[in-house]
Amino acid sequence: MEYSLSEILSSYKGAQGELIPILQKVQAELGYLPEEAMNRVAEFCRVAESKVFGIASFYAQFRFVPLGRTQVTACRGTACHVRGAPQILAEVKRQLGIEEGETTPDLEYSLETVACIGCCALAPCVIINGKVESKMTPKKVKERFTKKE
Amino acid sequence: MSFEEIKQEAKGKREALRQGKKPLIFVGTATCGRSAGALDTLGVFHRELESRNIDAEIIETGCLGLCYAEPVVGIVKPGRPNIWYRNVSPERARELIDGYLVKGDTLTDYALGSTEGSVEGIPYLFDLPMLKPQVRRVLGNCGFISPTNIDHYIGSGGYEALQKAVFEMEPEEVINEVKRSGLRGLGGAGFPAGRKWEGCRRAPGDEKYVICNADEGDPGAFQDRSVLEGDPHSILEGMIIAGYAVGARKGYIYVRAEYPLAVKYLEIAISQAREKGFVGENILGSNFSFDLDIFQGAGAFVCGESTALTLSIEGNRGMPKPLPRPRTTEKGLWDKPTLLNNVKTFANIRWIINKGADWFAGVGSEGSKGTAIFSLTGKIANCGLIEVPMGITLREIILDIGGGIPGGKVFKAVQTGGPSGGCLPASLLDVPVDFDSLTTAGSIMGSGGMVVMDEDTCMVDLARYFLDFTEKESCGQCSLCRLGSSQMLEILRAITEGKGEMEDIDLLSELGEAIKIGSICGLGQTVPNPVLTTIRYFREEYEAHILKKECPARVCRAFISYRVLPDKCKACMICLRNCPVGAIKGGKKEVHVIDQDKCSRCGVCMSVCPERFSAVECIPGRLSEGDLK
Repeated sequence: MEYSLSEILSSYKGAQGELIPILQKVQAELGYLPEEAMNRVAEFCRVAESKVFGIASFYAQFRFVPLGRTQVTACRGTACHVRGAPQILAEVKRQLGIEEGETTPDLEYSLETVACIGCCALAPCVIINGKVESKMTPKKVKERFTKKE
Repeated sequence: MSFEEIKQEAKGKREALRQGKKPLIFVGTATCGRSAGALDTLGVFHRELESRNIDAEIIETGCLGLCYAEPVVGIVKPGRPNIWYRNVSPERARELIDGYLVKGDTLTDYALGSTEGSVEGIPYLFDLPMLKPQVRRVLGNCGFISPTNIDHYIGSGGYEALQKAVFEMEPEEVINEVKRSGLRGLGGAGFPAGRKWEGCRRAPGDEKYVICNADEGDPGAFQDRSVLEGDPHSILEGMIIAGYAVGARKGYIYVRAEYPLAVKYLEIAISQAREKGFVGENILGSNFSFDLDIFQGAGAFVCGESTALTLSIEGNRGMPKPLPRPRTTEKGLWDKPTLLNNVKTFANIRWIINKGADWFAGVGSEGSKGTAIFSLTGKIANCGLIEVPMGITLREIILDIGGGIPGGKVFKAVQTGGPSGGCLPASLLDVPVDFDSLTTAGSIMGSGGMVVMDEDTCMVDLARYFLDFTEKESCGQCSLCRLGSSQMLEILRAITEGKGEMEDIDLLSELGEAIKIGSICGLGQTVPNPVLTTIRYFREEYEAHILKKECPARVCRAFISYRVLPDKCKACMICLRNCPVGAIKGGKKEVHVIDQDKCSRCGVCMSVCPERFSAVECIPGRLSEGDLK
């Protein structure tokens, strides 16, 4: 991690306006924001650690736990909602055994929700590793995640 | 190269493409097309053309807006009309190659419509009920040009407005034209764009900024993304002209990180525009310089608010600045005068400059000129993205363009403006869609989400849904927004769970009014809107939940039960196997029964029961095991 962090930081000047882009880049590389990484960013940008943590916890994009190998994002948009998204999310949670924002202990799956991915015409949607699965039903969810025994 | 040469080159390439001997295949691969499988379809075209040695050009485009028909593919054969096909799955792609490309059979059954010439049995594309009432300006290029090839944009008249503004107009003239056009900010608030530009021009200071707000966060809205993905240069052109008009040298596009494809296309667009000399130092050889950068929003709905947005670019939490605060046009990003407009506002600029304010204002209603773009979704037959003249009625949008409610259901309400907006009932279907009329009706124009609801949508549940969203998105500064929204959410939850009291309705209204007064930003001030409008127009649904312990739409789990109809059940075991809580008893050749105490009311049994049996029904009232004995 040490190496890649230095590499990431080397392309920035350390201005405060770069804080969010830096955190985005760190997360893109490491998959999440470990405490040490945030401390390094604070030092680099010469701001308090609390400031960096404050930003990271404010924005929905940042996470503090590693991602699973399979990233599941359930859309909670209005169009998805009126077409049954709550049942879809409930079924995903039941299949994976985790709540939103969590990762399974074996690091296989992580679950997040998003306010809207803008695929409203194909609602309800679930995104699995970047691929949008459209017009989901609880049955399709179950088939997609046959419970890991 | 001069602009004239750049233009001639691009137009020449466009003509060569059109008049050439090669067939052209347009595949819509924006996010919505992709989620319908457009990349698989694209892959088939690439592989088949190569393996069969067919010489054709594949062009990836943005979204035509006919989401219900995705993936959409257009095929242009030399000397023949252009035909657009719907729902092109990989199998259908192979059929099209075989049937139309090779043999010349037009495969009318799969066709959506034709352009440039007519084909027997295929309607003209723009005569489709969904397209005919539309006035496509901002969306005009979407679906017809490659968003990653600047020549396509220039070839269709792109950057002519920039050339005209910089060389033939003074900044004040540009502003005057925008003012005269009557264009209002299309991000939701509808502030007159020209006046904002003028304010920023007049603000003292040499360093100024132009920001495009592409932080589209309303759940149920994707119109900004479609423009970003379908015609990114139109936004760039509008921003550069704005920079010239207000005297800024630097612009930012603040775009959601959740829109990776839009970010990618914008990056490509900016670098291509820089190469051609539309962005950077001495634009087109003039003494005007303007540079552009992308800032990726990290996921905070409140950052759509101008002061929160600028704070976020500066590397802070996006918490709106306290009142009284200076206008962003006077003291915005880094405390410098800043012009902030929405994607669609900027995309309209080139039309105003090219065709003039009068032409622009030729469409629209009294106080709202030009067009409005909506993402039409929810319980509607033709989902998609539409651009309509301001002043069109909701009825025309929903019934004519949207094709009405599918499945023989009855229209109940339409929600505009996302979590900040309101729900309007059937009695208001003839309200004209413009800034002022919608506000009078209790909703707002908003950024462009339009979600249609039918009899199966519970309005109390919907209000709870929006509150759940805004409660999470409240930045937390104002106590009334932070705590008030939590309290409202608690009350709504109680009502949907059967624990509501009649006083709750008044309490919700009172709290709602207080939150409006006690919040400093647009988010807080509009938090209660979905609740207040549903109480105003659908009070009887609240009363049914509270007094009769009933959910008329059969959504709220506390008030419904599922039952297997013994005479229809074929004992096929499907529901039994799929029930997540194991509440269904029975076996092969043994009629299934739902254990009402175990049942979680998730509705899976009903959704999996084969349609030919339809043996599961949802009934009002909460049954318990005792009721069945």
